[in-house]
Amino acid sequence: MHDRSALLHFILGRLSWSAIPYDNPILVWTFVAVSASGIALLGAVTYAGKWGYLWREWFTSIDHKKIGIMYVAFAIVMLLRGIADAVMMRMQQAIAFGANMGFLPPHHYDQIFTAHGAIMIFFVAMPFIVGLMNFAMPMQIGARDVAFPFLNNFSFWMTVAGAMLFMVSLFLGDFARTGWLGYPPVSELAQSPGVGVDYYIWGLQIAGVGTLLSGINMVVTILKMRAPGMTLMKMPIFTWTALCTNALIVAAFPVLTASLALLSLDRYVGTHFFTSDLGGNIMMYINLIWIWGHPEVYILILPMFGVYSEVIATFSGKRLFGYSSMVYATVAIMILSYLVWLHHFFTMGSGADVNSFFALTTMMISIPTGVKIFNWLFTMYRGRIRFDVPMLWALGFLFTFTIGGMTGVMLSVAPADFLLHNSLFLVAHFHNVIIGGVVFGAFAGVNYWFPKAFGFRLDPFWGKVCFWFWLVGFWIAFAPLYVLGLMGVTRRLSHFTDPSLQIWFQIAAFGALLIFLGIVALLIQIVVSIRNRDSLRDPTGDIWDGRTLEWATSSPPPAYNFAFTPIVYERDAWTDMKQRGHERPTEGFKPIDMPRNTGAGVILAGFAFACGFGLVWHIWWLAAGAFASLVGVVIGHSCNYQREYHIPAAEVSRTELAYGRQLAQQASGP
Amino acid sequence: MSVKSLRGLLLAPWAALLSGCNMVLLHPAGDVAMRQRNLMIASVVLMLLIIVPVLVAIAVVAWRYRASAKTSTYDPEWEHSTKVELIVWAAPLMIIIALGAMTWIGTHQLDPYRPLRRIDDSQVVSAQIKPLRVEVVSLDWKWLFFYPDYGIAAVNQMAAPIDVPIDFRLTSSATMNSFFVPALAGQIYTMPGMQTVLHAVINEPGDYKGFSANYSGLGFTDMRFRFLGLSAPAFQRWVSRIKAGGGTLDRRAYQRLAQPSRAEPVHHYASYEPDLYTRILNRCVDPQHMCMRRMMAIDARGGRPLAGAGATGPVPAHGMNMGAAATH
Repeated sequence: MHDRSALLHFILGRLSWSAIPYDNPILVWTFVAVSASGIALLGAVTYAGKWGYLWREWFTSIDHKKIGIMYVAFAIVMLLRGIADAVMMRMQQAIAFGANMGFLPPHHYDQIFTAHGAIMIFFVAMPFIVGLMNFAMPMQIGARDVAFPFLNNFSFWMTVAGAMLFMVSLFLGDFARTGWLGYPPVSELAQSPGVGVDYYIWGLQIAGVGTLLSGINMVVTILKMRAPGMTLMKMPIFTWTALCTNALIVAAFPVLTASLALLSLDRYVGTHFFTSDLGGNIMMYINLIWIWGHPEVYILILPMFGVYSEVIATFSGKRLFGYSSMVYATVAIMILSYLVWLHHFFTMGSGADVNSFFALTTMMISIPTGVKIFNWLFTMYRGRIRFDVPMLWALGFLFTFTIGGMTGVMLSVAPADFLLHNSLFLVAHFHNVIIGGVVFGAFAGVNYWFPKAFGFRLDPFWGKVCFWFWLVGFWIAFAPLYVLGLMGVTRRLSHFTDPSLQIWFQIAAFGALLIFLGIVALLIQIVVSIRNRDSLRDPTGDIWDGRTLEWATSSPPPAYNFAFTPIVYERDAWTDMKQRGHERPTEGFKPIDMPRNTGAGVILAGFAFACGFGLVWHIWWLAAGAFASLVGVVIGHSCNYQREYHIPAAEVSRTELAYGRQLAQQASGP
Repeated sequence: MSVKSLRGLLLAPWAALLSGCNMVLLHPAGDVAMRQRNLMIASVVLMLLIIVPVLVAIAVVAWRYRASAKTSTYDPEWEHSTKVELIVWAAPLMIIIALGAMTWIGTHQLDPYRPLRRIDDSQVVSAQIKPLRVEVVSLDWKWLFFYPDYGIAAVNQMAAPIDVPIDFRLTSSATMNSFFVPALAGQIYTMPGMQTVLHAVINEPGDYKGFSANYSGLGFTDMRFRFLGLSAPAFQRWVSRIKAGGGTLDRRAYQRLAQPSRAEPVHHYASYEPDLYTRILNRCVDPQHMCMRRMMAIDARGGRPLAGAGATGPVPAHGMNMGAAATH
């Protein structure tokens, strides 16, 4: 650095030409591919003149439906990055035996497994659940939007900004080489002096702000904005799981923020919270991060339990069995998820009493979870089951997740965990429950609510292709990992010396290929569905004969969802309305004031990204300036009271009557 | 093709493949690992009591009540049955109570900090047997083993006589690792500035794999060592060979060894500086650094007063098991 002038150092921080990974062919070609497709995409949008449309109708929208759709689209894009990392890891582990070092040296491989985990959890799974909850929950409770629509938009863009910091690390500098949770001492300055861990910290801090605000938003929405007559025990079960999930988010995410903040103080200011010297203690970080981490995985699964409850009831043509039980089980899981965190580090030597306590609490969670599985089974019993694509995903889940849960209870037996901790058995277990539970649920939810969102359903043939590739691919990819774990193989290895292991890794790589084909099938499904949308059209608004209020609206719904807030008498409110022979009102429409679009969310997230980038590269003027701008825009936006637009009664009337005519035409047949 | 028959097709090849692989967790050579395995198998059996019927029921119900069946009962309003609820809450609860009791007992019996009471299922530990003491340090990225009773040290290889209890004391130099010999016993973390304990015994002679089970950096993937289970005479020969081989691990040599390196070849030291392990544990191998024990004792007394205010002199031992020798 001697030859850099002080001025250059001030302007660029520690950013320099050496941050660009010229020497890494994989990254160079990735950059070429990303740039080429990025330019092609931007060029296509420009050529079609769609920038105005995108900005006005989507990016600045505070409509929960559009934000939900953007979250899901974003999750699918990040899924492509996550699966690319996974395929590279599987390929490396399938070939790197003995003299063959593979194509990924540890320097690169260790970033890939860190990025794979962090991206899949924070930028695939979380956006899927937040997107589905955003889209469906307000309609399910008969509301017009969430409690804080602008914050909703802001939360989405903060999540995107965090992900962009992760993505920039591909082409400028390195990513963290610590594992997805960034344990010290490896994540401290001594072992990770570069920018990687800083990208990780600031990406998650920025996205974490978005998630926390989203949690508050949805808890308030559910508690305060339900339609009249909808008591808590008359809420749709998906709304119940959304409530518990968001309560978990509100209570858990501050711990993540605090832990990462303390780690960043260690790295930036020289404190000793988690160092090995001068009073620091790595065990503190591990406890804190898992106090967040365990509720996090329940945050991921609970909304999906809600999706499965809706899907199984709808496609069995039956009421959900044991609704009260399901609610109590969900609440029990929510509370218990706070009492189990130590099972992630039984091997730290906390003593038999402590280990036993957490082993028992962990086992206890399997009781309400088992109750749910039984209740789904009894929902199907004496039903009339239609094997539409969402139901296939639910059946795949029931089979896959049950086995994954069993391996989880195996791991909760502390002495067994001493043998299995951090092994490929553990990796197989958590993929078993996350893929079988969260990913399958995401696909079930997307296929289920897509027609409501867009007015036509997703192509069923490609949906089934996607399902079978995923189901078979998952088992072929991860069953060998259970075997390898029992053979004593640990995780995060990039090279092996024992040739007897290789066949298992090769089988797993084949499974990963099948999963990749499943994702290709998903993309084909989306393209084909859009092309064939007229033949897949749903003019009824209630394509599956649904049970909850979102199916009472048109597909897609008007911006205001309901012209009149429904009055709820029973659980499964829409089924109740259909059975009572409800009729759509034809007069008496009132004007509706809806919140106006705003670009403030995008702008704020842009400043947050710039601030994060400045902090990563020690470009202090950029960090400070971006932060100051962020505060300025917040103040400016808060002082702007022109936040609503008015929909006159005549327009509401036109929309509602037109839909009424469409329904009548549909009912009388072509 | 039904989901059920597809599952059958998928399972058959596994049975064939599994017959040919060596799952060390299911065939350990150490008593502790064996008892851990037994607990693991017992938990699986207990759970399969519920899991198998549930999986079968899912397949049967999904098939029997499919919409195209037309002959099955359709009861769309049936959503509650107290009897069913009682069963679905009680059955898992009873299994978990049983499993929980087994886990509580097993976790206490198999606590790594608890000295062994038995050598295997036919022998108990008698007062005559002197346990083998081994002090383990995980370095970047290799393993260092001290034998305080023999005065020798070894890198990336350790040995133990069969049927003799081993008392491990473990620490780490810079990163967090996890000491794991799957054939011997469960793993235990190694953490800088802290000491963990493991008790184990090897019952069958053999050459076993050992490694770190916690990611610790670029050289983690090569951080492998060999654990040799040897008969008593063979163990004595191993010790003698090392003593005859020469080499001393003093502080300087340790500091060179502690420099990051990958795929370190096995080598041995015939002697080592007597309080070296304690110094490593207290992070004061470098004479410039204050030993952690002393620092913690000062902190416990409220911190060091300003210079000249009576802060000189030795500080007595503080009860944190940080080793007896280091006083600097």
